[in-house]
Amino acid sequence: MLIQALLLVAFAVIGTLLVRDATDVRHQAVRRILIVLFGLFAAVSVLVPGSVSWVAERLGVGRGTDLVLYGTVVAFLGFVAASYRRMRALESRLVELTRRLALDEAREDELEVALRRSREGAGDEPGARPGEGARPGPGAERR
Amino acid sequence: MVTGEGEPRDTWVVVPLYQEAAVVGDVVRELRAVFPRVVCVDDGSRDGSAGVARAAGARVVRHCINLGQGAALQTGFDFVLRDPAARFAVTFDADGQHTVADARAMVQRLRDGEADVVFGSRFLDGRTAVAPVRRAVLRSAVAWTNLTTGVRLTDAHNGLRALSREALTRVRLTHHRMAHASEIVSKVGSARLRWVEHPVEIRYTDYSRAKGQSLLNSVNILVETILG
Repeated sequence: MLIQALLLVAFAVIGTLLVRDATDVRHQAVRRILIVLFGLFAAVSVLVPGSVSWVAERLGVGRGTDLVLYGTVVAFLGFVAASYRRMRALESRLVELTRRLALDEAREDELEVALRRSREGAGDEPGARPGEGARPGPGAERR
Repeated sequence: MVTGEGEPRDTWVVVPLYQEAAVVGDVVRELRAVFPRVVCVDDGSRDGSAGVARAAGARVVRHCINLGQGAALQTGFDFVLRDPAARFAVTFDADGQHTVADARAMVQRLRDGEADVVFGSRFLDGRTAVAPVRRAVLRSAVAWTNLTTGVRLTDAHNGLRALSREALTRVRLTHHRMAHASEIVSKVGSARLRWVEHPVEIRYTDYSRAKGQSLLNSVNILVETILG
């Protein structure tokens, strides 16, 4: 039947959406077109009550309600797939940001330690262990 | 064991760290007896793990939020690559299940020019006793990895590995949570790096058993691997 073919195609499309990157502008445009079409479909089905059943019969589905149910399932799966991709993309950016922050912080610590060591080296006798016995300047101890 | 000079300063040990305050201090001290350079990548622990690791003599790089072990490893790799003297990196779990002697032997194999990457495997000798269910899951993970990556290993999810600088620059982890173990293997395969396996011992203590991966987590790993 026609509806079976349509549903299978829809699932296949959603499947590929799930594994492919969905962050570029073309995907965004397609998403928006689909949302507009969905809105039009809703409006038509309200204004012309028999229309959904008419389409359903042409597609080999018994009742209009069933067609709406199928449509909802497809739309929901598509939504799940798209949001999974977008969450992954968002997570990747979050990782990049946090990693950068962590590495920069580590470098700062490094510089601070080196600075303190050179300051102590200039003042005290050589061979003094850094961080031990030496009096830290104001605000030098953070932890 | 020899201290300080035992291993030259061209080797960094990368320890991904999350909520292991109870054991990480001992792990770092044990490591530092052989490897002077240890970096713990604290993945947003809230139990003071970072402070314990720092007190034990490790450098600490801190993710301010929890990102996952794969992300922590990659941060560690980036950190190591910033040190121009670094030639080798070892990945080592924070819960004390690995042995330092194994790590040292693996670095030696890199140093001898045998390979770019040395993977630890608990199935190459009889030292590690693995429970039957865990063995079955690990075996299927191996089968899956071998099937999909073209690299034939005996143990796919072992946290102990040694990588050359060359390998570090060519492997970039994008699976932030758990699927990174298979990801490393597959990227080593596609980058055509030379690899070998090395027999290592896994010490299943009560602690590591309590903290260790639930077998259900393998479902998550599978899904992340397929969906990317």
